[in-house]
Amino acid sequence: MIRLATAEEAAQKKATRAAYGEMLAQLLDEGMPIVAVDADLSGSTTTSKFAASSEAAAKRLFNVGIAEQNMIDVAAGLALAGNVAFTGSFAVFGTGRAYDQIRNTVCYSNLDVKIAPTHSGISVGPDGGSHQMLEDIALMRVLPRMKVLVPADYNSAKAAIRLAAKTPGPVYVRLGRASVPIVYAEGSQFELGRAYVLREGTDVTIVACGVEIREALAAADALAERGMSAEVIDAFCIKPLDVDTIAASAAKTGCVVTAEEHSVNGGLGEAVAHALAETRPVPVSMVGMRDAFGKSGEFEELLDYFSLGSAAIADAAAKVYAKANNC
Amino acid sequence: MTDSSKGAQTPDELRETARGLRADIIRMICEAGSGHPGGSLSCADIMSALYFGGVMQYDANDPESPARDRFILAKGHAAPALYATLAAAGFFPREELLTLRKLGSRLQGHPDSSLLPGVEVSTGSLGQGLSIACGLACGLRLEGSPATVFTLLGDGECEEGQVWEAAMFAAHQKLGNLVAIIDSNGLQIDGPVCDVCDPGDLGAKFAAFGWEVSHVDGHDMAALVDALNAAKASRGQAPKAVVARTVKGKGVSFMEGQCGWHGKAPSAEQAHDALEELGFAEGESL
Repeated sequence: MIRLATAEEAAQKKATRAAYGEMLAQLLDEGMPIVAVDADLSGSTTTSKFAASSEAAAKRLFNVGIAEQNMIDVAAGLALAGNVAFTGSFAVFGTGRAYDQIRNTVCYSNLDVKIAPTHSGISVGPDGGSHQMLEDIALMRVLPRMKVLVPADYNSAKAAIRLAAKTPGPVYVRLGRASVPIVYAEGSQFELGRAYVLREGTDVTIVACGVEIREALAAADALAERGMSAEVIDAFCIKPLDVDTIAASAAKTGCVVTAEEHSVNGGLGEAVAHALAETRPVPVSMVGMRDAFGKSGEFEELLDYFSLGSAAIADAAAKVYAKANNC
Repeated sequence: MTDSSKGAQTPDELRETARGLRADIIRMICEAGSGHPGGSLSCADIMSALYFGGVMQYDANDPESPARDRFILAKGHAAPALYATLAAAGFFPREELLTLRKLGSRLQGHPDSSLLPGVEVSTGSLGQGLSIACGLACGLRLEGSPATVFTLLGDGECEEGQVWEAAMFAAHQKLGNLVAIIDSNGLQIDGPVCDVCDPGDLGAKFAAFGWEVSHVDGHDMAALVDALNAAKASRGQAPKAVVARTVKGKGVSFMEGQCGWHGKAPSAEQAHDALEELGFAEGESL
């Protein structure tokens, strides 16, 4: 069950990564055989909080140093010994640097290894293009046996980490660096393979994920002022994708906008377009990175610069609506 | 709890077991029409010593037994050697060896742990096995298990940078329950290891990383069993590397020391000659 945050709750800001170490500690307390493997970023990923939570946890954090390939396979070995092994690092290194390890060991052997790196997307900000991972959803969703979760805020990140721990086999959880507004009420629980309709509408469907959820909700407000009724769906679980919910919405509205802090190549947009092409073909417009690397800058500046903000989503919605309705 | 309940074999018996493993390796690769005979034959004696010399504890009737020692074949292309060994140990019927690499077989070209009992983890992408073994050793230590983790690497495989990430980690974590065996046959696909991109003295390198290192003739059965037992028994705080000097293609004279037999199947005639040299009679089959 999910519940949207109240205005008061939504005024708080917190990074999705802040959920990571805390939640691992909580799951260990609850009796799950959690271990964490980090690659010299335990402060940034917050696994240091996991280690500080108890003596038992301190023994269950393994720091491999700056060696992401080793990190993934050490986690694989820990999983073979019966543990639920979470791996951290920044998303660019935690997925790209160790891709063969994730493919050939974690997925091919179907191990209980969770890939949950932080610092995904342009919200990394000033560190620039080398550190702004915009291809991780694409890399992870093409792997057989991998599940892909993209939480929108701190509370859904906590739920995603719990869900990842409880779901057998490999799971990717996309976490971010920046403090972002709370979207969901505390205690909201998410399910594998479910998308969530956050706002009902009749003219256009906006399917978004991660930090783009708040942009999509703002776009829906802006569209309402222009007399357009937008339905907003959180594709919290990109794989397996909730095709039924998305296709039903597309059937109702007749057109879809996707929005992601990620490349449109291989990301949420293509996943939704693929699903709709096979079920309910309607015009789709994608908001996302267009075959480009990021740049240094503040997150809010970059949202505008790369046309990923609410204004870009609203524009795309108006255009795809006109296309679908021949206006 | 081993099918070591049958007792450790003597060096003579182990040599005889290894001769059978080599014959099965030739038969199955010939039947498959592709595969890696050179590096499978080079490690046949090591596999015989590990599984039948009383070094590893396991129960073929209970492959998931928690107290078992673990084996990870880092050099996954030597799958035929692992399959022949597991079949001889009773993990699955020996007849199944002839399904190697065929559609529907549990014996994939490289080991697939989701299909075959006795295979701890899927391997085939070089450089990963030592890291997996490290994680497994950490996990076993966490739960206070007395089990030892063995892994078998190729010397060419040690060109992978990840091997040294793992070597550093194992020493730092003081993984006394980890034994890495290097099948140092001196050859890789493109030529002699020392010519392609020489990793140098592997024993010295592991020692420099903080490992306890021993050297052994990888075809001297008594010495192998001693070296492996010593590495297992020493525990302590250092991981152990056993550098085994071997001959690629060992046991089949026309394959010995030949790079060309890294990844090529023998023809029926060549297999016949190889089996004859190994002392198996005409037409003797699985």
